[in-house]
Amino acid sequence: MAENVKPRVKVPKSASAGDVITLKTLISHPMESGQRKDADGKIIPRSIINRFVVDFAGTNALDVQLEPAISTNPYFEFDVLVDKSGEFTFTWYDDDGSVYEEKQSIEVA
Amino acid sequence: MNLNRRKTIALGAGGVAALLGTAALAQTAAAPAAAPAAPAAPATPAASAAAAKTTDQWIAEFTGGAEVTDGGVALTAPEIAENGNTVPVSVAAEGASEVLMLAPGNPTAGVMIAKFGPAAGKREIATRIRLATTQDVVAIAKMEDGSFKRATANVKVTIGGCGG
Repeated sequence: MAENVKPRVKVPKSASAGDVITLKTLISHPMESGQRKDADGKIIPRSIINRFVVDFAGTNALDVQLEPAISTNPYFEFDVLVDKSGEFTFTWYDDDGSVYEEKQSIEVA
Repeated sequence: MNLNRRKTIALGAGGVAALLGTAALAQTAAAPAAAPAAPAAPATPAASAAAAKTTDQWIAEFTGGAEVTDGGVALTAPEIAENGNTVPVSVAAEGASEVLMLAPGNPTAGVMIAKFGPAAGKREIATRIRLATTQDVVAIAKMEDGSFKRATANVKVTIGGCGG
């Protein structure tokens, strides 16, 4: 169902310890709501990303449960407190069982 | 003609009965789950069943019946959204541990539940949502002290975003 799913994340290269940084994430996904009908009037089954998790250096920062009301290509902007250098892990869970993962490191001075 | 009409009525009655049936089921299912804050269900079948929850069920499940007061939450949404397919919204609630967002005017009221972890910075999240029609978007924040705060924002939608 969901082809060409491509996660994109925007993380600053560096920050100072104790900074609160803003992250932006987007993943290309149709987010089929389960409400639309095809040309024959049949309902197109729901196929969305239902969960999005962000961890920083093994600590959870955000855990979102998504519903069909989230737009196509789900976009999130949020803040994370960084106190040391580490790696962000972004994970998206698809209705079809697929899991998309993206990692991004940050240098904290 | 007559046959058609009768058929239609019969179909209609059947539909209503089915609806009532599912509503009753949903209520009984929601009741036990409402008590403690249930951990994020990683489920796929459960998720599709949950999609039928009404606004009140969402709120009851999220708050566990606790009182919700206005204020303390900033819900930012445009006054007029030309395209209901992608409406930028953001919720900010200092000291919140979880935020529930609802669009009661949509075919399915739920929008998202965002949980902030220990590494979260400001308790703020922005995303883009679908709105089927002009309505009041609702955000309820669960604060770290266990209280619940609510904010609503009216969004006028020119073109609905649920397709047809």
